[in-house]
Amino acid sequence: MNLTTTISPGLWRMPRARVIFSALGLLIGGLMVLPLIWLVIRAAEADLPTVINMLTRPRTIQLLGNTLALVACVLALSTALALPLAWLVSRTDLKGRRLVNILAVIPLATPGYVMAYALIGLSGNYGFMNQLFGFTIPRLQGLWGATLALSLYTFPYIYLNLRAAFAGLDQSLEEAARALGATPREVFFRVTLPHLLPALMAGWLVVGLYVIGDFGAVALMRFEVFSYAIYLQYSAMFDRVYAAWLALILIAMALSVVWWESRLRAGAHFARTGSGAGSARQRVRLSRTGQILGWGIAGLVVLASIGLPVAVLTFWMLRLDDLPAVLPALFRAFSQSLSVAAPAAVLAAAMALPVAVLAVRYPSPLSTLINRLAFVGYAVPALAFALAFVFFSLNAARFLYQTQALLITVYALSFLALALGPIRSALYQARPSIEESARALGHGPLSVFARVTLPTIRPGVVAGMVLVFVIAMKELPIAFLLAPTGFRPLSITMFSRTSEGMLMEAAPYAAAIIIFSALFVGVVLRHDRSAGDDR
Amino acid sequence: MNDLPKTLTFKMPAEASPLGFRQQPARPVLEVNRLRKHFPHAESAAVERVSLSLGEGELMALLGPSGCGKTTTLRMIGGFERPDEGTITLAGRDITNLPPEQRGIGFVFQDYALFPHLNVLENVKFGLRAMTRAQADARAHEMLKLVGLDDLGSRKPHQLSGGQQQRVALARSLAVAPELILLDEPFSNLDAKMRVETRQEVRKLLKSTGAAGILVTHDQEEALAMADRIAVMDQGRVVQIGTPDEIYRNPATAFVANFIGRSNILTGNASGMNVQTAFGNLPLSRAANGAVNLAVRPEQIMLEADVTGPAVITGREFRGHDQIYWVQEGERCMMVISGPGADHTIGTKVRLRICDCVVPLT
Repeated sequence: MNLTTTISPGLWRMPRARVIFSALGLLIGGLMVLPLIWLVIRAAEADLPTVINMLTRPRTIQLLGNTLALVACVLALSTALALPLAWLVSRTDLKGRRLVNILAVIPLATPGYVMAYALIGLSGNYGFMNQLFGFTIPRLQGLWGATLALSLYTFPYIYLNLRAAFAGLDQSLEEAARALGATPREVFFRVTLPHLLPALMAGWLVVGLYVIGDFGAVALMRFEVFSYAIYLQYSAMFDRVYAAWLALILIAMALSVVWWESRLRAGAHFARTGSGAGSARQRVRLSRTGQILGWGIAGLVVLASIGLPVAVLTFWMLRLDDLPAVLPALFRAFSQSLSVAAPAAVLAAAMALPVAVLAVRYPSPLSTLINRLAFVGYAVPALAFALAFVFFSLNAARFLYQTQALLITVYALSFLALALGPIRSALYQARPSIEESARALGHGPLSVFARVTLPTIRPGVVAGMVLVFVIAMKELPIAFLLAPTGFRPLSITMFSRTSEGMLMEAAPYAAAIIIFSALFVGVVLRHDRSAGDDR
Repeated sequence: MNDLPKTLTFKMPAEASPLGFRQQPARPVLEVNRLRKHFPHAESAAVERVSLSLGEGELMALLGPSGCGKTTTLRMIGGFERPDEGTITLAGRDITNLPPEQRGIGFVFQDYALFPHLNVLENVKFGLRAMTRAQADARAHEMLKLVGLDDLGSRKPHQLSGGQQQRVALARSLAVAPELILLDEPFSNLDAKMRVETRQEVRKLLKSTGAAGILVTHDQEEALAMADRIAVMDQGRVVQIGTPDEIYRNPATAFVANFIGRSNILTGNASGMNVQTAFGNLPLSRAANGAVNLAVRPEQIMLEADVTGPAVITGREFRGHDQIYWVQEGERCMMVISGPGADHTIGTKVRLRICDCVVPLT
């Protein structure tokens, strides 16, 4: 596309609305990227030998190995949890599969650090198993602890992707393979599985980014990966240059995951080619044993991912002698979380609007760029993103350092992509002819936006806001680095009590977070309803 | 038919002065002059030097196959696409570079584009910004009464049938009393029966308000039934403008001859108002000279069973009120439509006779 149409003057060539949206979009994109430059500046303070020393010191190598091992383990375990569930729910006549479908998504409500809390609260001398049954399991920690905590929380992302892929899979392909003489087993490996690959990779992308960026679970499990090390460097040793370098490596890892995923996906072509409707779905009929086996698998996953945190939390809550005495503090933490999450949600939706409008109504190289930039905050690991803003505010905007305004802005930028999704799809669904007919009836572009476009896409805007709101309510790493002095929201309170071993005192906060996060799952499920269930 | 105006000259393609272009309305409301639009990345221009003019209260159909540029032309007139070249004048005012909201042109979209968050009455009132609330209410009710939906004002668009939605869209566009109203395939979302009923209703409605209108359609029947004049478009150009009668009886090109109804194409050697063909010397609908292609409508051919005849029936399609025969005569295959009386079987030897004047094509 030629850039001249975007910069040449005249009302026609560049409508005012487009100028305004483009300017806002550029501002948002700039906000997203500028602070990262400070990260680079800080990293560049070291001279070359120091850099080489930092990058090659055994600890860095060990951190890298640990991070990669964790990603691999979590991907393997969460896929192993998700694949059978997705198959059972979408391709078999398993009784009560709708219930399984809901139960499989609920673990999203438990943030990684709460899952880690549950595992810690279960094991060890002081743990739930020992106190209740006199049976000690060794304290879960390190790689296995972190893998378990993260997999039990993240497998629903893979499950949702796989289920949609199973639903979208054209069954006539499988039937054609059968007709060509392949056994069901061969069909699964040679036809079904290759077609699930794009969905699997999309799920792996989300989970991989999450694992690379996770801080709470690995910190509680005392497993030294990059994000945990950054935190230690930053808070304890205060070697900010090394912290900046670690953050850059972390960002590089996240970007390479994104790059690999897009590369692999670009080569794949799995859409149905022929015309005509795909044949109606036929479910695999399970025998009696099959039903029992299916329920066994589903039950085990549900028990581990939902039963475990609920049981451990209930246990600790019951041990709490004086719940009412805790309530004022709990309420204070809750309202502090609220005081940043709510404005962040509104700000994120407000930022997402011009970005989405540019993408849908004014496609151009510029709007593509702005839309890519909008995802930076989501792809860059939270701790590295927050660290960039620490450096930025310390050096360029001192008055913002450790203010609530900065925390809210960083939340909004970090979760902008979440708000963008529903808003953009709402805009895609809003027919342009509706806006055009408002123009033909004498309304200018901005009046049309306010009076026609916004009311039409309101459900998408609300959904985007709710998503950001709920995820900001439980956010930990950004709050950790950017919290104003004395700011102790639910997540920080719960995390620091758990890391000090005060499991009982942490319980009410964990419960509050889980209950609140359940709302998040509610929103996801509502949005997902259209995406594929099967009668 | 033989006394058609002599102004019809046939030097078209590049400079496109389509047939009947000089039949300008006395007081044009809309004048479109040599509009051109080439979309980026497209191989050829979507619209190539299209000129039209529209009289007061006149209803014109832009007719052509999909992709011929008719909708792009309409959208340029409405202000939703910017022409690369050319001008658009509405009631003497150059509107080429005005945004849609300043043009005062009504637009009825294919999907009606009713605002889903507003009820029927609010939809109709949407364009009445200059009026007071009471005035706007009164006007909106008046318009709804006109389209027979006054009792449905509080319904939401999704609670209406397709036909009702369309009438609301019309009422909404007409409420602001535009000088011109543009209709983009307005009947394509209605079922076949509704379409026929709605056509005359909409025509009557437009005529009663006095607004001029341009209707985009790919349905020749619709264009013939509704429009005062038809502009036939092909590959971005207007190939012929004329009344439905002219277009049908006197098509300018083979494309028009086959797009509106069906035609057999013959060759012949013309001199003045006559042409020498394989079927003998025939009268022409308009003067021509030299080797020409000729269009002959299937119903203009008489078919007689004759065992010594040079032609043979190779196909037959029974259509109730008439029947179609495909007749092979040497190299040539002709399509003949004859009334219910004559009944021939496939393989019958026949003789063909052309009993009307034929149309020379450019």
